Amino acid sequence: MTAALSFRRKATNLTMLTLSAVCTVVAVGVLIFILGYLLFRGGSDLSWDFFTKLPVPVGETGGGMANAIVGSAKVLLFATCIGVPIGFLGGVYLAEYSGARAAAAIRFVTDLLNGVPSIIIGIFAYTLIVVPMKKFSALAGGAALGIMMIPIALRSTEEFLRAVPNNMREGAMALGATKWKSVATVIIPAAIRGIISGMMLNLARVAGETAPLLFTALNNQYWSPGFGNAIATLPVMIFTYAIAPYEELHKQAWAAGFVLLSLVLAVNITARTIIASGTHKAR
Amino acid sequence: MASQAPTLQDTRATRVSGLRSFFNMDGVAQALVWVAGWAIVAITAVLVFELWMNSAETRQKFGFDFLFSTTWDPVNGDFGALPFIFGTLATSAVALIIAVPLGIGASIFLAELAPPRISDALTFCIELLAAVPSVIFGLIGIFVLVPALQVMVPWLKAGLGFLPIFSGAFYGVSILSAGVVLAVMIVPFIISISREVLMAVPRDLREAALALGATQWESTWQVVLPFAKVGVIGSVFLALARALGETMAVTMVVGNTPKIQASLLAPGYSIAAVIANEFPEAGGIQMSALIELGLVLFTLTIIINGAARLLILATETKGAK
Amino acid sequence: MTIAAALGLSAAAFAQTQITGAGATFPNPIYQKWFSEFRKAHGDVQINYQAIGSGGGIKQVTMGTVDFGASDAIMTDQQITEFKAARKTNILALPTVAGAAVATYNIPGVASGLNLTAEALSGIFLGKITKWNDPAIAGANKGVKLPAADIVVVHRSDGSGTTFCWTDYLAKVSPEWKSKVGSGASVNWPLGLGAKGNDGVAGQVKQTPNSIGYVELIYAENQKMPFANVKNAAGAFVKPNLASITAAAAGVAKTMPDDFRISITNAPGKDAYPISTFTWLLVPEKSADANKGKVIKAFVEWALGPGQAFAEPMTFARLPKEVLAKELKALAKVQ
Repeated sequence: MTAALSFRRKATNLTMLTLSAVCTVVAVGVLIFILGYLLFRGGSDLSWDFFTKLPVPVGETGGGMANAIVGSAKVLLFATCIGVPIGFLGGVYLAEYSGARAAAAIRFVTDLLNGVPSIIIGIFAYTLIVVPMKKFSALAGGAALGIMMIPIALRSTEEFLRAVPNNMREGAMALGATKWKSVATVIIPAAIRGIISGMMLNLARVAGETAPLLFTALNNQYWSPGFGNAIATLPVMIFTYAIAPYEELHKQAWAAGFVLLSLVLAVNITARTIIASGTHKAR
Repeated sequence: MASQAPTLQDTRATRVSGLRSFFNMDGVAQALVWVAGWAIVAITAVLVFELWMNSAETRQKFGFDFLFSTTWDPVNGDFGALPFIFGTLATSAVALIIAVPLGIGASIFLAELAPPRISDALTFCIELLAAVPSVIFGLIGIFVLVPALQVMVPWLKAGLGFLPIFSGAFYGVSILSAGVVLAVMIVPFIISISREVLMAVPRDLREAALALGATQWESTWQVVLPFAKVGVIGSVFLALARALGETMAVTMVVGNTPKIQASLLAPGYSIAAVIANEFPEAGGIQMSALIELGLVLFTLTIIINGAARLLILATETKGAK
Repeated sequence: MTIAAALGLSAAAFAQTQITGAGATFPNPIYQKWFSEFRKAHGDVQINYQAIGSGGGIKQVTMGTVDFGASDAIMTDQQITEFKAARKTNILALPTVAGAAVATYNIPGVASGLNLTAEALSGIFLGKITKWNDPAIAGANKGVKLPAADIVVVHRSDGSGTTFCWTDYLAKVSPEWKSKVGSGASVNWPLGLGAKGNDGVAGQVKQTPNSIGYVELIYAENQKMPFANVKNAAGAFVKPNLASITAAAAGVAKTMPDDFRISITNAPGKDAYPISTFTWLLVPEKSADANKGKVIKAFVEWALGPGQAFAEPMTFARLPKEVLAKELKALAKVQ
C-alpha cells in the first residue's frame, strides 16, 4: 500500500464522514428552523383573544380561534372513542389470543390501512357518514380521524404487550389465573405506560391532519353545539387562512400554526420521555 | 362496553363480587378482542368496496384508457388520470432525490459515528420533525420556501438551464417546490428507520472490517451498508409511500395544473391534491373519476408499502440470525 | 343593535337553530357580514357559511348535506333535474347581489389602469398572447411601459361561479374559446396555474410577478390589487365598479325570467361592465326541517330587503328594485 493511496483513503474517509455529519446537521437544522420561524411569526401575533374569541368577518379587526381550538378537541375526543378501543382490543387479540395465521392476516391489513392516504379516508367518511346523515359534522370528522388512529393504536399496543416478558405470563398462569385475568391484571398493567404513550403519539399525529376533515367536519365560523354540526378545527383553519390573500388572516394562520405545533410537540416529547424512561428501567 | 360486560355476568354468577366476575369473564373478553381485531379487516374491506363501487361509472366508460389519457375536462365529462399520476410520481421522485442521500448520510452518522447519547438526542429531534403536521409544512412552503426558491431558481437556471428539467418559466409554485417540501417531510422516516436497520447489523462485521485495515468509511460503505441494503431500501419505500399520499402540503405549493411538462419548474398536480380541490363540488361522473383516482393512489401506496415492509422484515431477520 | 333596529329587524324568536350553507366564494364577504348582522337580531340563529365554490354549493345542496347552497354559476337544467330527483322538491335560485369578475394583474411597473380588449383577454387565456408587450395588449395601452416578460395565467382549480362568469364572457366574445374550451364552473384550461378559491387566485397573483388572474371585484379592491378596464360590447373601456355592474344588471331587470336564470355578461350599453354576474342563493322550496325552512325564508326576506343596504359599502352591487320585488313574490313558495 503506497502512502499516496493511503492518503486518498484517509481523505475519503474524512470527507464522507464529515458529509454524513453535515446531513444530520441539515436535518436537525430544518426542525430548529421550523420551530424558530413559527415562534417568530406565530408567537408575535398570539394574543389572549386568539384563545377566547370567535373569528370575525374579514375587514373587522380582532377575533380569534376559540371555536377551532375547542372544535379540534371535540373531534379528537370522538376520534379517540373510536380509534383507541378498537385498536387497543385488537392489539390485545393479536398479542395474547390470536393464532399465528390470523395475526399475520390482521397485521397485514392493518399495515395496509395505515398506508392509506388520509385524503382517501376523507372520501370514505364522506360517503359513509356525511351522505347518509345529510350533514357535515364533528362525528364524521372524528370518525375519519378515528379510523386513521386504529392501525397505529393496534400495532403499538401489540408491540408493548409482546415486550412483556413471557415469565410474567407463565407466573400468572401458574397461580391459577384464567387467561383474561392474567392479561388484565398482569400483562396489560406491565405494558400500560408504553400503551398510553403510544396512544398519545397517535393522537398527536392525527391532531394535525387536515385532508380528511375538509369534507367531513367542513368548517364553522361559530361555536358548534354537540357533535352533529359542521365544526371548525385548527388544521382546516390554518389551511383556509393560509391560502387567503388577507394579511390579517395570514397572521392568524401563523398563530394557529404555532399553537398547533406547540401542542403536537409537547405531547410528543411527553410521550417519548415516558417510553424512554420505561425502557431504561427495564434494563 | 366494559360496564356492560359485568352485568351480563352478574345474571349468571350468584355471590361473586362485581370486580371478580369482571375478571372471570374469559369468554366475553375473548369475543370482544376477537371482534376488535377483525373489525379492522372489516373496515378496510368496506373501504376498498366503497372505492370500487363508487368508481364503477368511469371504470366502465374509460376502462384502462383512464390511466393513460391526459385530458381532464369537467365540462365535457372526459377524464384521464395521467397528469395526476405523473405529478404524484414526479413530486415524489424529486423528494427522494433530495431526501435519500440526506437521510442515509444522516443515518450513517447517527448509527456509526455519533456517541450513543448524542445519537439518541439527535434522533429524538428528527423524530419530532416527523410529527410536524403537514399543513404546517404547507404554511412554511407558501410563505418561506416559494419566495426563497424565487430567489434561488434564477441561479439554478443560469447554471443548469440547458437541461430540459430546469427550462421554462418559474412561478414559485411548481413540481420542484412540492418535491422540496415533501423531501423535508419524509427525511425523518428515512433517517429513523435506516438508523435502526444499520444498528441491527452485527457488531463483529464492523470489527472484522476494521481489523483488516479498512477505514471507518470503508467499513461502513463496503460492509455495513451492503449488509443493511435491503432494509435501507425498505425505509426509502416507506417514505415514498408517504410522499405519494401527502395532500395538504402539496396542494399548497404544486400549482394545481393538470399538465405534463418536462420542466420541474413548471406547475403540476397530484392525485391527492385534485381530490382535495374538486371532491366537494364533483357530481356524477367527475365524482366517479375522482374516486377512481383515489383507487389508483390506494393501489400505488399499497404496492409500495407492501414492498417496504417485506424489505425491512428481510433485513431484520437477517441481522437477527 | 341600534343599526339592526333601524334596519327594521324584528327580534322574532326561532328555536335554537343551526343552519349550514355552502357554495360560492365570490359573495362570501357580504354573506358573512349578513349572517353576522342577522345573528345580532336573532341570537338563537347561527348560519354557518363555508365558501367551498359554486360547484360545491350546487352539489352539496343536491346531496342535502347543507341546508342551502349558493352559486354564481347558473344552475343547468340537468342540475335542476338532479336536484328534484334527489330532494323531491323544487329549488329556488334567488339573485342576492351582483358582482363582476375582474382581471387582476401583477406587472412590476404597471400600478394601475391597464386596458384590455376582448381579443387580448381571450388571447392571453388561450395562450396565444404570451408576452406583456404583445401588440394586442400594447395597442390599447399607449404610454404604458409593458415588460417583455412572459405572462403567467392564474385560474381557479375548484369549480367556481367566477370561472363560470369569466368563461361565459370569453365564450361570447371568442368563437375559438367557445369551441376549444367552452363555459362552465370548471373547464379544461389551455394553460396557467390553478389556485383554490377567489382567495387562492388573489394570493397566487400577489405572489407571482407578471401574472394575471380573475377574481371577484371585492377581492381585488380589498387587497388593493390593480385590475384592468375591459372593452365592452359598445366599444368603450369600462372600469369595473358598482355603477358599471348595476348598468349591466339594469339591462335585464325588465326581461327577468321567472326562474331568475339569466346571464349578464357582455351586456349592451356603453356604461355596462361586460364581465358582470348575479350571484344566486339556492334555497330548497321545502326543507327537511320545517323550522330551518322558516329561518332561511326569514333570512332571505331580510337580505333582499334591509340587508341590501350592506351591499354597496362592501363593494357588491345591489339589485334593481323590480328584481327584488319579483324575488320576494317567488319566496312565498318556500316552506
